[in-house]
Amino acid sequence: MKSKMLADLIRNNEHAILEDWLVEQQKSLTRSRDKISDSELRNESTSFLKAVVDGLQSGEVDTATGAWKAAYTELEKIATTRARKGFSPTETATFVLSAKQPIFARLAQELGSKPADLVAETWTATAVLDKLGLAATEIYQRSREEVIMRQQRELLELSTPVVELWDDILALPLIGTLDSNRTQVVMESLLQKIVESGASIAIIDITGVPTVDTLVAQHLMKTVAAARLMGADCIISGIRPQIAQTIVHLGVDLTAVTTKASLADAFRVALSRTGASISGKGAAKKEGTNAAAA
Amino acid sequence: MERIPILRMGRFLLVSIQVDMHDQLALTLQDDLTSRIVSDRARGVLIDISSLDVVDSFIGRMIGNIAAMSRVLDAQTVVVGMQPAVAITLVELGLVLEGVRTALNVEKGMALLQDATE
Repeated sequence: MKSKMLADLIRNNEHAILEDWLVEQQKSLTRSRDKISDSELRNESTSFLKAVVDGLQSGEVDTATGAWKAAYTELEKIATTRARKGFSPTETATFVLSAKQPIFARLAQELGSKPADLVAETWTATAVLDKLGLAATEIYQRSREEVIMRQQRELLELSTPVVELWDDILALPLIGTLDSNRTQVVMESLLQKIVESGASIAIIDITGVPTVDTLVAQHLMKTVAAARLMGADCIISGIRPQIAQTIVHLGVDLTAVTTKASLADAFRVALSRTGASISGKGAAKKEGTNAAAA
Repeated sequence: MERIPILRMGRFLLVSIQVDMHDQLALTLQDDLTSRIVSDRARGVLIDISSLDVVDSFIGRMIGNIAAMSRVLDAQTVVVGMQPAVAITLVELGLVLEGVRTALNVEKGMALLQDATE
């Protein structure tokens, strides 16, 4: 088997190749030098080189086969940690690809007198290392995508808190754009909270919603309708002047829902509906102005 | 044949759906309930669906129909104890049960009926 020759060659010169390879890696790691220690780099390189030799030993050049499993596991570990530590994709791929130079140098030394063998072995080494390099980039990208997905999920959950303002009164401060996915989460958490707390009024505050178009309005109405089916009334508050204008221009019908300009107004309505009241200087003054206005 | 029991509490009728609602059962309930409203001269109907965790458009419409029929017979209807998942499903199906009163639990539903019929 041809590639076994390559495996033997690497094994016999393992130490020298490793040293050269480390030097190559140091050269390419200019920007992220402080993100990884020398001993870590050495450990990673040693175990990866061993796994590659084992893979070559099997005589298989196709890296998708079982013999290369150990090499892939090593690579997965290395690329994932690098993605987390903030290495660039180039630096991650270069980890593998920089092994070419030292290996080729040894090949030239050993097989310099047999050009045909030299070409064949060089080709094998290139094919294998290229595949592994691509795999490293792919693993790197996958683990970055996982991070993004996780952050998206967390954002979704973080951005939809349901708070209990008073006995029987819930508030749902919405921040950010409402799309179908978020509406679903908002709706579920609101309804769940209604069940848990037995609240009869929910205030949906849209101060933090940048734009309200027909789709967002429809999502809001859905949430209101679902809460009503559970026996809770909804008040929509925090409608900014521009949003009021947009809603009317778009012809969105919000007459079925109580709407208030501010959360404070909505809270006052909610309190009077549940038969509760807050006493105190500020509250009394407000009540007074309201009575005078009426 | 399987039937959903209808209990009488003073001027109100109480229906608690504890089994999986299938279409025939819903139709039978509709028949039974309308005749009971007339024979008992009920002023209000309370339907407890807290044990119902699956609904389809047919059952959703049935609940709406029962409420509309009761209203024609001058009895107020309150649907209580709807599960969050059921509420979401009905909204997604476009069935918002307009004209049906809703409450979170039987206690609140009863209070609502008392207020509405006084």
